Amino acid sequence: MDRTGTPLVELKNISISFGGVRAVDDVSLDLYPGEVVGLLGHNGAGKSTLIKILSGAYQRDSGTIRIDGKDADIRSPADARRYNIETIYQTLALADNLDAPANLFLGRELTTPFGLVDDARMEAETRKIMARLNPNFRKINDPVSALSGGQRQSVAIARAVYFNAKILIMDEPTAALGVHETKMVADLIQELKAQGLGIFLISHDTREMMDLCDRVSVMKNGQLIGTERVEDVTEDDILSMIIMGKNPKAAA
Amino acid sequence: MTDVTTPAARPLRGWKALDLDTRLLGMIGAFIVIAIAFDIASGGRFITPRNLFNLTIQTASVAIMATGMVFIIVTRHIDLSVGSILATTSAVMAMTQTSLMPDVLGLGLGHPLTAWVAILFGIITGAAIGAFHGYLVGYLAIPAFIVTLGGLLVWRNVAWYLTSGQTIGPLDETFQLFGGINGTLGVTGSWILGLAASAATLWALLAARRNKISHEFPVKPMWAEITVAAIAIGAILGFVALLNAYSVPSRVLQRDFAARGEVMPEGFTQGYGVPISIVLLITVAIVMTVIARRTRFGRYIFATGGNPDAAELSGINTRMLTVKIFALMGVLCAISAVVASARLANHSNDIGILDELRVIAAAVIGGTALKGGIGTIHGAIIGALIMQSLQSGMAMVGVDAPLQNIVVGGVLVLAVWIDIVYRKRTGAKD
Repeated sequence: MDRTGTPLVELKNISISFGGVRAVDDVSLDLYPGEVVGLLGHNGAGKSTLIKILSGAYQRDSGTIRIDGKDADIRSPADARRYNIETIYQTLALADNLDAPANLFLGRELTTPFGLVDDARMEAETRKIMARLNPNFRKINDPVSALSGGQRQSVAIARAVYFNAKILIMDEPTAALGVHETKMVADLIQELKAQGLGIFLISHDTREMMDLCDRVSVMKNGQLIGTERVEDVTEDDILSMIIMGKNPKAAA
Repeated sequence: MTDVTTPAARPLRGWKALDLDTRLLGMIGAFIVIAIAFDIASGGRFITPRNLFNLTIQTASVAIMATGMVFIIVTRHIDLSVGSILATTSAVMAMTQTSLMPDVLGLGLGHPLTAWVAILFGIITGAAIGAFHGYLVGYLAIPAFIVTLGGLLVWRNVAWYLTSGQTIGPLDETFQLFGGINGTLGVTGSWILGLAASAATLWALLAARRNKISHEFPVKPMWAEITVAAIAIGAILGFVALLNAYSVPSRVLQRDFAARGEVMPEGFTQGYGVPISIVLLITVAIVMTVIARRTRFGRYIFATGGNPDAAELSGINTRMLTVKIFALMGVLCAISAVVASARLANHSNDIGILDELRVIAAAVIGGTALKGGIGTIHGAIIGALIMQSLQSGMAMVGVDAPLQNIVVGGVLVLAVWIDIVYRKRTGAKD
């Protein structure tokens, strides 16, 4: 893993408060192309909040975000998309009443020359990308409420892949999935990584994180406890960071 | 990487190949049952050209507003103020016609521009009121129920205040053409409209088929396409024939001839044809359907109704969307006000009272789900037609007024229950 060039993403001294509670407190993180960085911590540790700042859902109170070494002004989800940041949310962020193509292109519809939405073209594009990601996907024209967890997840992933994400944020992508579908997501992460994407991965599953990530960062009470390369630490080290809020290596 | 493509769905066979909307068929069926029942009960007076003509012009005003209410309810809001906005816009338009244009601007009565200026002012007023409501709901996060409950009182009484509670009329003659019986296309004009609509239907079906073929999607078998086209064209031409069959009473014709200094030939008859208010309703329905299905604005309305958070995270400005939806509702209230006040030939203080309930009932009977995300424009219009046919059918049969309202209220609740059962049976989660 080469970490000598310019990082893809640099988060510097990020803080945000909600009604006096410091949800994220002076956190700095970076991410290199082709790297998977895992974010670990208890519920309420600030992982999702931090990541929502990068994806534009929340606005930071202080700190800077750099993309490819340049200051990035991210104030809304639309801004984040302009920097090729795509997010797959824990809650999936799909409109249940719409079908897969409508969800895949939501906010970025393909249109005809008259400015009307081109459903046929979007459906054709959806079929193409689904054939690559999840060949078993059949229910193209059904509302996504009729799909299984894995199928819904593949719609969410297809959205990120289709629009050529450079930075991918995955918030518990396997939480609602079965064994087979979890494997599918893991394979996909490897493939995207090989293509040079940078991925932030949030999960509670320490075992899974050790397998998928290059580095892991642990948060507690809004603060960053430490960032370690997975080859330098054991699963127990990480668990103690999560629980005790102390970095055993730093203490040593 | 494999070259597997998603297998296309198997072609449908039998009547399923027609790909008909069963919910739509159910509502049309309900309307037919109601019509036949009242026809029997009234001794054959319900299914007559005259009564069905009146039914369409009575439905127009509520149906126009119901199309806008679909968007409001789909985004999980409600608008209780539509009847009052109708009253305020109607008052503004009436005053423009009877006071502003003739007296203040000195153009006199019957100036050819009067009706159009009045309609323009009405639409601007409606859009402004709606946008204001949308701002309060979208940006200040006040629940739509409260904003429009306030609006119900405010705009009803703004209308009262503006007009000092007086009935204003008679309205401009051009303006009155939008009311129904005072403005129809006539027999020939109606047939031209019917044929043009049939041609447009054929073209739309063909274009959709060509588009599907170009993307290699499965298409219906040719016989099914032809059947659907035949049903659609049959319905259009049948509707025109029905409205043409209602002839102008001979006394009215005699008066018209006398006014022109002519004598009416023996046995002369003339059909009314399609009322301009219905042309207006159909235009609104087409525009609203295109918005709902084929524009980004419509797509975002349904996405926001299905999952507001997902819409927001997809970069949709849901606050501005709310402003636009309520502004559109206001514009439709103004258009309804044109139809309603033109039908009465004047603006009265009680115009549009209880319309909010009729409009919401029409949208809900038409299959719009109050939890959001689901609803159709044509459903709301048929919902309005069903409500109106119950009301005028009972009046025709001689049911007492309190009983009429009791039945309509019961039907609303029953219709929603049937809808819930239908959704469960068909396996849809929502």
